[in-house]
Amino acid sequence: MLLLDVENLNVDLSTAKGPARAVRNLNIQLEKGETLGIVGESGCGKSMTALALMGLLPDNGTATGAIRLGGENLLDKSEAEMCRIRGNRIAMIFQEPMTSLNPVHTIGRQIMEPLRLHRGLDKKDAMEEVVRLLDRVGIPNPSERVRNYPHQLSGGQRQRVMIALALSCAPDILIADEPTTALDVTIQDQILDLIQTLVEEEGMSLVLISHDLGVIAENTQKVVVMYGGTVVESGNTDKIFDELTHPYTQGLFAAMPKVGMGRNKRLTTIPGTVPDLVNLPKGCTFTDRCPIATDACRDTVPAIQDMSSTHQVACHHMQNAITARETGGLYK
Amino acid sequence: MSKTVLKVTDLVRHYPLPKEKLFSDQRYVYALNGVSFEIKEGSSFGIVGESGCGKSTLARNVMALEETDSGSVQILGNEVVGKSFSELRPLRQHFQMVFQDPYGSLDPHHTVGRIVAEPLTAIDDLSKEERAKRVEEVLSSVGLKPTDAEKYPHEFSGGQRQRIAIARALITRPALIVADEPVSALDVSVQAQVLNLLRDLQDEFGVTYMFISHDLAVVEYLCDEMAVMYLGSVVEKGRTEDIYANPAHPYTRILLDAVPNPASGKKRNRIRLDGGVAGQTERRQGCAFQDRCPMAQDKCRSETPALKSVGGDHIAACHFSDKVSQLGAG
Repeated sequence: MLLLDVENLNVDLSTAKGPARAVRNLNIQLEKGETLGIVGESGCGKSMTALALMGLLPDNGTATGAIRLGGENLLDKSEAEMCRIRGNRIAMIFQEPMTSLNPVHTIGRQIMEPLRLHRGLDKKDAMEEVVRLLDRVGIPNPSERVRNYPHQLSGGQRQRVMIALALSCAPDILIADEPTTALDVTIQDQILDLIQTLVEEEGMSLVLISHDLGVIAENTQKVVVMYGGTVVESGNTDKIFDELTHPYTQGLFAAMPKVGMGRNKRLTTIPGTVPDLVNLPKGCTFTDRCPIATDACRDTVPAIQDMSSTHQVACHHMQNAITARETGGLYK
Repeated sequence: MSKTVLKVTDLVRHYPLPKEKLFSDQRYVYALNGVSFEIKEGSSFGIVGESGCGKSTLARNVMALEETDSGSVQILGNEVVGKSFSELRPLRQHFQMVFQDPYGSLDPHHTVGRIVAEPLTAIDDLSKEERAKRVEEVLSSVGLKPTDAEKYPHEFSGGQRQRIAIARALITRPALIVADEPVSALDVSVQAQVLNLLRDLQDEFGVTYMFISHDLAVVEYLCDEMAVMYLGSVVEKGRTEDIYANPAHPYTRILLDAVPNPASGKKRNRIRLDGGVAGQTERRQGCAFQDRCPMAQDKCRSETPALKSVGGDHIAACHFSDKVSQLGAG
């Protein structure tokens, strides 16, 4: 059954220069137990999407559209109602574990907080549950570690604590916003493996946000590629990487150095930089950087077209992009 | 043939820790334990390792930005270790640095022209016109406009700021540029532009790079030779192709395995590493990697492996380097 249904989500941030359109017309569907990856560069709206789902947008942000969790629209909820949902039915893991944990409280106390608030456990039971959770996320000696402060843990262990915190109320949806960006590759591997195992065993749905195509490819079932606040390409992860079609996705993939590609090939680059969200082009946001853009791209927003039943692309020149992909790439 | 630009011999750096008790023994963080390597003119040398392995300490010591405990750093034959600030000043034009964070490394109160021209103060005999001309030249060689010299750093994006930092490093026409994670703060599409720029500048000016990164794909793209560091020591060193094709240290093998691969299909079968990088406040017997190594044996706990050749210039510090290729096969 459909667990999360995001329909026409728009997020605007009011800035001194005018409204910045961080997310535009976003549609996402997530089934129970499904894993979804959101990939894109900084400023593409992926973190704002996560914050909108959690109801944690900054004060200058407004969300319109609908975010339905099990049929209820979260955007209609009051702050008090959101407090009962947040951490309980939707939980989030943030990028930088050091800044998202409170440095003056022990980790035990921090993990107890949602347990006592949402599940109404008393202190003793909550503490037992904390020890169980820490053990679950692979922290050695959990009964002693509960008395540690965040600075006494390594980066990987802090992220494990964040995961324990997110898991504490057995949420339906776990949102992980760049959970491993601040970590070393070997630790990243451990953390992603842990998230993967927990999601499978608890039957949660996962929204994994990352700028790293590799992380997304290995850890999700469905993927959404965002650029300038909108979805440019989406589909099933196990197929999409063979058939990247949108000019941006093709360029992003080609620009990424990959282990094993050697030194003789030159990296292809996408000219220019990410668009300014305040002054977005009227049509397709990628127009200024796109090698096959025409006047139509500048003026009209491209509709989302089906390449197959599990692969959607938003581009006016989808056929040209497919041809270019098959004949050696768009970027020369 | 080509001469050696940088020669580092047995570099040691131990940071003293604050004493917990008045009469307790002095404890140290063992950041560098005898690191040696050479970089030839016009080549790129990559240094790879996880956080806390001593990469950045190595960069600071090569750049003579802090005191070195022992060992030697020779840049174009000039010893750098043990020199005073004023003795180093005329030498500094030969080695320059690019830092990781293009937002923190450019002074927001100065114009780009002033930032880029700053290293020239180490060279006394330049007139004002010459300076302005050099700034103009160097800005255009990194793909910026000469008129950008009037602007301030906040007017530029991350990738452009890193270009400014590179221009600043280039302006003295150095023989060596030490780049400490120069692209890790940038987005993928912008990162590719900066990497290509670094390559082009090398072709054009023959600069030598010491390139520090945790990203193995980036190092493979840019570097001729590389060293892998673990807890303050080089555990493997050689030509990049050789190391990627036949890693001879289990740590290198596991690092390469851990890089996520953006391709369709299921996860690869790979060896995972337990635990994190252990502290470096203790000196222990045997191999530094023993606790995390999937093939550690008694010998690894008692005897510290020395760097030995596994074929030509490719060296590795492992007792069982001939067995690394079989890791995970069984």
